[in-house]
Amino acid sequence: MSSQTEIYSDYKELNEEQLKGVKDLIFKMADDELILGHRNSEWTGLGPILEEDIAFSSMAQDKLGQAQALYLLLNQMDEKDPDTLAFTRNENEYKCCHFVEYPIGEYDFSLMRHFLFDAAEALRYNSLINSSFAPLANLAKKFRGEIRYHTLHSEVWIDQLSKATEESKARMQTSLNECMPLALGIFEPSEYDELLMNSGVFTGEENLKSGWYEHIQFVLQNAGLKVPELSEIIPSFGGRKGYHTEYLKPLLDEMCEVYRIDPEAEW
Amino acid sequence: MDKEEILEILQVVKDPEIPNLSIVDLGVITGIEIENKNLKIILTPTFSGCPALKVMEEDIKSAIKDLPFENKEVSVSYDTQWSSNLISERGRKILKESGFAPPPHINGLVQIDIFKKVKCPFCESDNTNMQTPFGPTLCRAIHYCNNCKQAFEQFKPV
Repeated sequence: MSSQTEIYSDYKELNEEQLKGVKDLIFKMADDELILGHRNSEWTGLGPILEEDIAFSSMAQDKLGQAQALYLLLNQMDEKDPDTLAFTRNENEYKCCHFVEYPIGEYDFSLMRHFLFDAAEALRYNSLINSSFAPLANLAKKFRGEIRYHTLHSEVWIDQLSKATEESKARMQTSLNECMPLALGIFEPSEYDELLMNSGVFTGEENLKSGWYEHIQFVLQNAGLKVPELSEIIPSFGGRKGYHTEYLKPLLDEMCEVYRIDPEAEW
Repeated sequence: MDKEEILEILQVVKDPEIPNLSIVDLGVITGIEIENKNLKIILTPTFSGCPALKVMEEDIKSAIKDLPFENKEVSVSYDTQWSSNLISERGRKILKESGFAPPPHINGLVQIDIFKKVKCPFCESDNTNMQTPFGPTLCRAIHYCNNCKQAFEQFKPV
């Protein structure tokens, strides 16, 4: 984060390029929350034990709440209203990473995704509480207390399952290997990173990735798993630019189905 | 009318999920702005994904509809973020009477130790275990009391 001390309390104080960068950042965060929130909600009724069913459902609800607050912030910056942003864009207008698009798979995959994604998210919001863009800093302060419950949850389960039986350990390692290229897609570089860093808005994806890798290595190695080297992995990029996996379109069709039937419906 | 009087009036608006607890004692009213003939009430959610927010907003509107202001507005804002530390002493007492363990005061982010030995709201024993931090709503965790042998809910520290 740059050392300058200017605080932007309103988006109108940002210049044109800064505004584009800030919106790009918020869109990708909001879209990640929305899509992973939807995926996590698919565990409702299917969790391996009742407590996990409720945990994934609760975390899904948190993520949707966070997505809504982020879309509302975009709305206050002259974008469309939150429902319109969430439900009416074309596939290539979503900025989520590939990681959140993948189907829930088996429980080990969903759990590993939850651990790797929420660790990144916790660091992202921890860094954003110092953002020079005050409305985003305020949301970050709000979200990080909520996400704390997610990271406590994931770290307990990663540790327990990685140390339980041969089968559970093998499953966790396989999931980790499968997840890593996708997880690195969270940190796809953005053309705005440098501008956002210089403006004190955001620490940038590369910095975030370093802190994240250090943290997950610590947790995973303590759990006895082998963490792939960053140099051995080809990250799954494209999501931030609107190029998505085959899994996003069917998800959007399902998620938006009711809205498309009756956009004016009152709930 | 001054802020204190408005807060008194808002005592009638209750948390839709805990009907004895007012939204004032819950700590979600983060601002009351009175300017000439205008009244603005600022509300913030407990958890971002709280589905009761809309209900609270509507309930506030109906509680203030007859007050002598020309313009009355309820606005949702994250400028002041809710924390369980904002629950009033009266609120904590009401939570306990309603069968919920009140949240301890926290400094910064919660640590895992905070879930151990939570006092049972029914028998006061601290021989309890947390079952899961995710309960029937986002703001509640589930514990079990080994003394009186029953499950209880805790209003989550956040």
